Amino acid sequence: MRVELVRRASPPALARALAPIAALAVALGLGAIFIWLLGRSPAAAFDVYIRSQLTDGWALTELAVKATPLVLIAIGLSFCFRASLWNIGAEGQLIVGAVVASWLALSGLGSSPWLLPAILVLGAIGGAAYALIPAILRVRFGVSEILTSLMLVYVAELLLDYLVRGPWRDPRGFNFPQTRLFTDAAMLPTFGDGGRLHLGVFLALVAVAVAWLVMSRTLFGYRLRVTGDAPRAARFAGFRPTATTLTVFAISGAMAGLAGIVEVTGQIHQLKPSISPGYGFTAIIVAFLGRLHPVGILAAGLVLALTFIGGEAAQIALKLPFDVTRAFQGLLLFCVLAADALVTYRVRVVSTAGKLA
Amino acid sequence: MARQGNGEDRELDAPPLVAMRGIAKRFGDFVANDGIDLDIRAGEVHALLGENGAGKSTLVKILYGLLQPSAGEIAWEGRRVVLDNPVAARSLGIGMVFQHFSLFENLTVAENIAAAMAQDLSLAAIAARVTEIGARYGLALDPERPVWTLSAGERQRIEIVRCLMQEPRLIVLDEPTSVLTPQEAERLFETLERLRDQGTAILYISHRLEEVRRLCTRATILRLGRKVDTLDPRAVSARQLAAMMVGAEVGEVRADIGPAGAGVLEIAGLSLPPGGVHGVALKDVSLDVRAGEIVGIAGIAGNGQSELFAALSGERRADHAGTIRIGGVDVGLDGVNARRALGAAFVAEERLGHGAVPAHALSENIVLTRHAESELTWRGFVMPAAARGLADRVRKAFDVRAGRGDPAAATLSGGNLQKFVVGREMTRKPRLLVVNQPTWGVDAAAATLIRQALVDGAKEGAAIVVISQDLDELFEVSSRIAVIHDGRLSPPRPVAELTREVVGLVMGGGESGHAR
Repeated sequence: MRVELVRRASPPALARALAPIAALAVALGLGAIFIWLLGRSPAAAFDVYIRSQLTDGWALTELAVKATPLVLIAIGLSFCFRASLWNIGAEGQLIVGAVVASWLALSGLGSSPWLLPAILVLGAIGGAAYALIPAILRVRFGVSEILTSLMLVYVAELLLDYLVRGPWRDPRGFNFPQTRLFTDAAMLPTFGDGGRLHLGVFLALVAVAVAWLVMSRTLFGYRLRVTGDAPRAARFAGFRPTATTLTVFAISGAMAGLAGIVEVTGQIHQLKPSISPGYGFTAIIVAFLGRLHPVGILAAGLVLALTFIGGEAAQIALKLPFDVTRAFQGLLLFCVLAADALVTYRVRVVSTAGKLA
Repeated sequence: MARQGNGEDRELDAPPLVAMRGIAKRFGDFVANDGIDLDIRAGEVHALLGENGAGKSTLVKILYGLLQPSAGEIAWEGRRVVLDNPVAARSLGIGMVFQHFSLFENLTVAENIAAAMAQDLSLAAIAARVTEIGARYGLALDPERPVWTLSAGERQRIEIVRCLMQEPRLIVLDEPTSVLTPQEAERLFETLERLRDQGTAILYISHRLEEVRRLCTRATILRLGRKVDTLDPRAVSARQLAAMMVGAEVGEVRADIGPAGAGVLEIAGLSLPPGGVHGVALKDVSLDVRAGEIVGIAGIAGNGQSELFAALSGERRADHAGTIRIGGVDVGLDGVNARRALGAAFVAEERLGHGAVPAHALSENIVLTRHAESELTWRGFVMPAAARGLADRVRKAFDVRAGRGDPAAATLSGGNLQKFVVGREMTRKPRLLVVNQPTWGVDAAAATLIRQALVDGAKEGAAIVVISQDLDELFEVSSRIAVIHDGRLSPPRPVAELTREVVGLVMGGGESGHAR
């Protein structure tokens, strides 16, 4: 007996659309089993992870705040993934973008209204430059961008760690590994009661709209789709793969860098050894769960943000480690990829027992 | 049912070697085989004829145990058998020579045969068997030669020897001459005739009617999954056979091209390193093509055709700007879009994945080669309505039969997609058109339409280069023919001065036709 995957002639459109939702449902089911095996009540976990988060005003604000970096990064990654280029190092680009922009924020330059825009632009430039390293290695020497972009994450983390413990450490910070707090001019304006909802949320919404326009209406979006679906056809169309690779890596790096500096200027207001709970990696799941479509990414960003805040609440209420959240995120990615595979292919079991009449 | 050809009545009483009865095969809603009967007798060469998609491959895969029929049965010497897998088929004595070779380039002939053998034989023993079989059937092969040094004809001989080592009683050959020169094909026929005379049954799949009439005493014709008839192919004309395959009269191309005009494409001393590990380098290729003429480039697959196409289209750049000139402009260092802007158009060999994106709709695929035109784009934005309109115009002008709405390229049949990608370029009224294998794997009606479109394009003043393995096609449409062999291009000569035999000799590297 052997199992084969047979490509479906034309996958039903409805199944394509519903696949991420089915994946989410299966992941929730598996997560419930997982929690039950850990000796907790799945019903209580559902209450803590999801229900209480969606009924509480503060939690809803927090959802938007947490979804912001995820959506920004995933929008950038969708450009790469569309073209079948695999930037796995958004986490590193997020850190470097935040570091480069923080240099300006900490430079003590007055309170010009141009300071904040300049900081944000610098964050994007820093992330883009860092993302170009694996891109250039790929186009120049054929190095796998998956490995280099991933490994550069650890380089970035160590760079940040060095800076906040060494040269950039706050002299009046009681030896804590952190920089000085940013000045008010270098902080994102906030809205609402809690003062948590910041301008970055709107940047994420703008990014969704612009990405939708670019992907579906422009020749550049067309170029990415052709490159991803049929690379030889892309060359035949005159789209040079080198230029495509460099451009999409720069875009995704810029978006990750922007997410990094938005997080720092909007929430943390200083640099610390850890400025992200793994947004750069979780955004990969967001991009796929959102089917690389900007609106889908917006929805998926909110779902994954929920796992973050639900996970924080579960640590307190259920004494479940944060690793459970990470494990659930990984489970969700597997379910999404499996759902996609099952929509595209049909599973067939073939009998191999031979007989000769 | 079957009309007997010559006086072979000795077989009439004995059961046929293989009898397939009422074979049906369904893939979902699609019926690939519908109640097909086929008898093959010992000592006959039986042709299986049909267009692409007629159901030939499905039927043969069922016979070789690769597919299971949805209905019907198979009898071997009158005894009913179930062929679950190729091992079962081979143990009965059915051998298969596939159209595409599965050989390891870096291994020798003997090693390749050893790799495919079920029994454990020493290399020396295999080499001895290869030499012996070669001598018996006229299949000269040196067991020590590495495969990458061999021609397509020699590679095919390995496959045949490999098949003969199992001492089969029925050999199935799938389009065996598609990669051979006329001379190599003639040698293959002699081998097959010897096998036939020794009592081996041969099922010969082809769409080349002249060959079938030369070699086969019976032919079974399939169309749209059903059997049309089994008859003696020598008793009817090639045109009648073609009509039975297509189900309608096949039109003829009117190739009344006038005198050529000014030079449009000039290639001067083009050399290019090989495209891949087993690619072929272009060596000092020169060619002039004038407005209003079709220059055919003949050659066996893998002699530099893809490299030449890539160099002409600009997917690969030449060393010097002046090596390739279009309309008097140096374009050797320019990319494909710069060349298109000068009025050049290109049709790639592979429709899916090169000439078109399989998963994209036709209106998206129209943008692939025409996005530089102001009609389809505005300041970096694609105009979907304009693209849809242009795609519809191409579909109408080239009789592209596709599903309703705006279907994906992958859902079209080979012939219809080829009409679309040729039409996409022809409707631009190009000044220069370079086509690689214009009718490869295309049904006869579509092939005629495409060839007529090429001839009409030349009549309207386009300079056209047709790269093709199909000599009949080249003789039908070309004004002049050049031959590419091992990356070198012979000087083109007017068709009136050439015969298929002369071109065949140069294709095999016999007489290069130019000074070295």
